[in-house]
Amino acid sequence: MGLKRPRSLAQSDNELLKEVQKHVRLNLQLWGTTKEAGERLASLYSVETQHLEELITRTLTLGESNSALMLAARGTGKSSLVNTVLKRLEESGTLTEGMVVRLSGLLQTDDRQALKEITCQLKLENATADKVFGSFAENLAFLLESLRCGSKETSKPVIFILDEFDLFCHHHNQTLLYNLFDVAQSAQAPICVLGLTCRLDVIELLEKRVKSRFSHRQIHLFPPDKFDPYYLDTFKQLLELSASFPFKEFSRKWNLNVARLVEDNNVIKVLKRLHNTTKDIRALKTLLLLCVCQLSDEQPQLNGQMFVHAQSLFVSEAKINMLQGLSVLQLCLVVAMKHLTTIYEGEPFNFEMVFHEYLKFCQRRSSMQSFERPVVFKAFDQLKCLELVRPVDNTRGIQREYQLVQLMMTPAQVTEALRHLSGIPTDVQQWAGSSFA
Amino acid sequence: MDKIVSDLVENIPCRKAQIHLLASLLGEDECPLPNSIFLYGHSGTGKTLVTSAVLEKLGILTSYVSCVEFYTTRVMYETILNHLSGTVPSSINNYSSYASCDNIGEFIKHLRNIAYSKGKPRMSIVLEQSERLRDSDANILPVLCRLQELTQDINIIVIFLSSLPIEKFRAATGFMEPVVINFPQYTKDELVDILLKQRPSSHSVEFYKNYIKLVLSVFYLATKGLPELKHQVQLHFKAYCEPLEKGEADEHDIRLLWRNIEPQLKKSMSSVYLREVSSAQYERMQQLTETAPTDQSHFKSALTNKMELPYYTKFLLIAAYLASYNPARTDRRFFMKHHGKQRKTQAMIKAKERSSSQLVGPKPFPLDRLLAIFYSIIDDKVTPTANIFSQISTLVTLRLVTQIGGNDQLDSPKYKCAVTLDFIRNVARMVSFDVVRYLYDYA
Repeated sequence: MGLKRPRSLAQSDNELLKEVQKHVRLNLQLWGTTKEAGERLASLYSVETQHLEELITRTLTLGESNSALMLAARGTGKSSLVNTVLKRLEESGTLTEGMVVRLSGLLQTDDRQALKEITCQLKLENATADKVFGSFAENLAFLLESLRCGSKETSKPVIFILDEFDLFCHHHNQTLLYNLFDVAQSAQAPICVLGLTCRLDVIELLEKRVKSRFSHRQIHLFPPDKFDPYYLDTFKQLLELSASFPFKEFSRKWNLNVARLVEDNNVIKVLKRLHNTTKDIRALKTLLLLCVCQLSDEQPQLNGQMFVHAQSLFVSEAKINMLQGLSVLQLCLVVAMKHLTTIYEGEPFNFEMVFHEYLKFCQRRSSMQSFERPVVFKAFDQLKCLELVRPVDNTRGIQREYQLVQLMMTPAQVTEALRHLSGIPTDVQQWAGSSFA
Repeated sequence: MDKIVSDLVENIPCRKAQIHLLASLLGEDECPLPNSIFLYGHSGTGKTLVTSAVLEKLGILTSYVSCVEFYTTRVMYETILNHLSGTVPSSINNYSSYASCDNIGEFIKHLRNIAYSKGKPRMSIVLEQSERLRDSDANILPVLCRLQELTQDINIIVIFLSSLPIEKFRAATGFMEPVVINFPQYTKDELVDILLKQRPSSHSVEFYKNYIKLVLSVFYLATKGLPELKHQVQLHFKAYCEPLEKGEADEHDIRLLWRNIEPQLKKSMSSVYLREVSSAQYERMQQLTETAPTDQSHFKSALTNKMELPYYTKFLLIAAYLASYNPARTDRRFFMKHHGKQRKTQAMIKAKERSSSQLVGPKPFPLDRLLAIFYSIIDDKVTPTANIFSQISTLVTLRLVTQIGGNDQLDSPKYKCAVTLDFIRNVARMVSFDVVRYLYDYA
């Protein structure tokens, strides 16, 4: 499908290709969104966006305190939506009246760090510089005092955005949440607390006293899950080059090609399969990234083959890959353990039993070279390192030969995997297939 | 880009697909990096080699860290910051690092500072043995997966290297799927190709290839790992060439060379491959056996013989072994003179097979039983003195016997024997006691 261009353009080809990569990859970043994508998101969830915008605006302009939770599955675009709304407000000039504090449950792992971050983002370090804060309590008291001493009219509104809100619920006594919601509920300095989370049951995590101070305003985002047109539209939007792309002629061709891709049977098949597995847009982005990185001088346009190839990279079976790298001895042990799992109905077993099975097998098949116990034990140990085998309990003082272990694959998986592997001796294969030990 | 890839492919054999994929994922010049990449494959499949080569060629500022080295996350953060900022703790800066940093929030802030002060270059963090990260702070894996998002506009990528597949990493909340690249184990032909690269110039390709195939024929069933095989190939080459130097054979006489080396290869399977001896020790042993060829079997038993115990202690250990591996109800049969005849029924034989204690492992026994067996198997008359009791605690400290249920049980402590059958056989042979005759599984 690659369009042949005159040879004279060859010099700029490279530049062009780099520019394409750069543009498309910006779209395909797993987090955040470009401006256009943000606007699209806002139009998709127009009701929710309006709700959110209103909420923040009321805090900013009227001095109302609010609290809300935004719930949606991962990769739906919670953060992007909030960012888009904030950007809009910034452009309209409303945001300049207030301040934004962003916290993430992943980064601020306890309330102490969260407080430090808040102080930092509110630019209160100067105020605290002369006082050396030792204790958490003092710090909190100071912060609350600063928030409290203001009133609706005089003080600047603050917007708190708590990413991964559920993680904040695990902090000791939920002190931070309690105080934030408390300030929001009582008429003190105007603040807006906005929690983002993917857990639908997050309300249950809140303590009673915290829960009662929360406004119970919840904003849900439900992504439309129709394959056609929504999924395909997203697909196109992710790949299209925007108007800001410097090479107009190429951009037109590229976008035309993208539109044509949607009719390609291979592409549809790949996309359908992915859509049936997961509706997470981030998985789609990863798949597209794997396609885009296949672009080269010879193939400057995407085609169906690239999608098929990308899919094969995307869905490779890790267990089979791992088994492929095992030596014959280790595979023998895996098969022995498969039989033991069947015999003992999933009860754990130890190395001695595995070795016993292995010896029985070797005696039956005289063609197999049988290894000594220490060598077999080393092979067994390596399986443990690969976590194909896991010890059941870590009680000390047990000889390692007698430590109880479990196989981390089901018997069916082992048989299935061994069938797909190449280059295994036939007798091992037969042994794996046989139902008797 | 094509030139970079072809350069790398030339230097790193048999990893073309991986190099190509990794390089194209990272892209050239100012290209935005993917969030994170996850490389997995067995050890010795070239993960680190490929990653470092590709990153170097692409000119990405990189910090290589191995997660085994860090006992706290603090050390890891500071090391990464040092690498990226170019700080080297030395006597000039009084061995201080770039910044002291003990939580992830600060780490992110410092990363941003470094990136801004350097004019936002493309950066990467390569984490070897990243499976270790699962045991440290709960949030660290999700944070590293989405480092780009959390640092906002820094073009940074985290590359995880691991010998475990990605399934073992998914657990924590907020985990963001990296792009996964698999490094498959080399096939036999690829292994021969790679091993050929270390051919000494004094020998022909054909000759060395034959030699490699010989070594592989012994070891390939036990291991496919390149590092192990490489070691073995290096180790035995001198011995393989010996007949050549003595003039007993020429390069084409493969069968003779094979017969010469085969026993040695087989033997090294049970010593060098298991790392019981280092290769230097092995070579010394090799020289020793040349001078005194009768010593062959000596080395094997040497390990167990090293532990020299007093006479009574040996019997105590044997008694402990018997108490652990024999069911208590059979004591009558083994240790009493007139125990009466017992008829063997089919059901009993079946039951014995099922619960063979050699398979299940040692069972705990009380102190009284140990002493009873001890007095029964020892020939001379021993008075139960404190000496005997102190020997039991010696055995416990030597980890030959383990005590069950803590040290606080004074009246009837329970023990378990923790030695193997081979070991106890050796001990029994020294005091000329036939231990197997007393074992329920074998008698």
